[in-house]
Amino acid sequence: MNIKKTAAWDKFKDSDITPEEVYRDRRRILKQMGFVGAGALLSSHANAGVFDLFSDDKKKAAFLTQTLPFAKQAQYDHLLYGSLTPESKIISHNNFYEFGTSKTDPEENAQGLKVDPWKLVIDGEVDNPMTLDYDDLLKLFPLQERAYNFRCVEAWSMVIPWVGFSLASLLKKVGVNSNAKYVAFETLYDPEQMPGQRSRYAGGGINYPYVEGLTLAEAMNDLTFMSVGLYGKTLPPQNGAPIRLVVPWKYGFKSIKSVVRIRLTDKQPPTSWNQLAASEYGFYANVNPDVDHPRWSQASERRIAEGGLFSAKRIPTLPFNGYGDIVADLYKDMDLKKFY
Amino acid sequence: MRLTSRSLFWLKCVFHLIGLVPIGYLLLKVMTDNAGGDPVQYIIHFTGIGALNALIATLLISPIAKHFKQGLLLQTRRLVGLYVFAYASLHVLAFFSLDLLFAWSLFFDEVLKRPYILVGAAAYILLASLAVTSLNSIRRKMGRKWQVLHNGVYLIGILAVIHFYWSVKSEIIEPSLYILALVILLGLRFKQGKAKSITSKLLKLFMFSTKRKQSSN
Repeated sequence: MNIKKTAAWDKFKDSDITPEEVYRDRRRILKQMGFVGAGALLSSHANAGVFDLFSDDKKKAAFLTQTLPFAKQAQYDHLLYGSLTPESKIISHNNFYEFGTSKTDPEENAQGLKVDPWKLVIDGEVDNPMTLDYDDLLKLFPLQERAYNFRCVEAWSMVIPWVGFSLASLLKKVGVNSNAKYVAFETLYDPEQMPGQRSRYAGGGINYPYVEGLTLAEAMNDLTFMSVGLYGKTLPPQNGAPIRLVVPWKYGFKSIKSVVRIRLTDKQPPTSWNQLAASEYGFYANVNPDVDHPRWSQASERRIAEGGLFSAKRIPTLPFNGYGDIVADLYKDMDLKKFY
Repeated sequence: MRLTSRSLFWLKCVFHLIGLVPIGYLLLKVMTDNAGGDPVQYIIHFTGIGALNALIATLLISPIAKHFKQGLLLQTRRLVGLYVFAYASLHVLAFFSLDLLFAWSLFFDEVLKRPYILVGAAAYILLASLAVTSLNSIRRKMGRKWQVLHNGVYLIGILAVIHFYWSVKSEIIEPSLYILALVILLGLRFKQGKAKSITSKLLKLFMFSTKRKQSSN
């Protein structure tokens, strides 16, 4: 099913993306020069946060990803604003508090995550509850590649080529019954593997396991995607291996990672950041430049793209992260200032 | 063993080295593309932490000098204090240039609308006034007022840790450690019976600034 790259893809030369070997090699060279080690002593805090105090110095062998077969789906590409963020940045700048609260912690601490065997349970208000294992995740549905805008609530953004399938296709398979109004998601809970879950404070105060939720209508929208890969390969752990949700019109924290349970419910499920600070993070969390976070503006965002420090761009944030044409109808009778 | 002026010179050199090496390290990290996926955030965080570390170091000097009866050590406070200002300036500059990309309106908007930035800005303005008045000639001219102004370093410390604590999403361990360090350092001074004088000086400073504000209105 290997389909030739087309249209929007052609803008990007292969050289636009730093090859993994080059990227890893830089680190090795730097390490050999002793700078990383010496520097870490001087500024262990600034380097990556307190998590460094607990993690051993030896870096674990990098997680192995595998190439995925997929069909390119370009139907949403016209809604992208900006070119693809290089893979090296997507896999080194992550919020995944289960592995530490600094942006570089997940890459440091998550490489040993065991994703096979995996169990994803789909149950609740469904006709045929299912449990998918690791192979099912990659093989049960034909995989598509879709590039989406990705906007973090912290006001940075990326453009990411995900590989996966629509959540709707999964929900159709299990058969949603008429009681179902919401979909609840849950991340793996395994403090052995996830150091952030060992103490509430180490994990940024979140009450683990991390949980998220959508309305059924949101979940059934074609944009809502279950991702098993990025840049044509299986997901690295820091990006939510082996399977994660991607809801491109909502802030990134809605796109829950390393999912082990999807449960259809009749009541609105609790969501982790809302539990932590309800005045700052709502259930809906739609990207909205007109509703500021209480402690910072959401009117614009800093785009993490190719190029170095001085090629940074600040761009205006769009309602629904640019996907208003597709999803604005879901909220037409709703006061978005109230239901943020 | 007493510190001699010769060893003081070398000590100052060491302090300069400790102050400058992290900047070199930061430059190296950024230039070799090893400052994470978002070097802008990395630089802002790095320089902010650098300023806080230098501030804690400044506040450590006089308790250490007293305990080990090394009066000459007090002469290093200005040097370390100016590194606080240098790191804080880089922090503000990085926010303004790399994050906001020189968008003036956004800059003022952010400073006024975001409480944690407002607190940080207040700390920085006060810090700048200490840096400017750190010249010996100005110090002599200011007389007793100089000490009153420079006790503002305690207020800067308080504002700075609030700024840090308030800016994070939920990862409070690191800012909490700085709050703890500051509480201990301020506590040391209270124990020495200076509590009343410091608070009254801070109060005076506060009244002085509000009076000036009123008169300028």
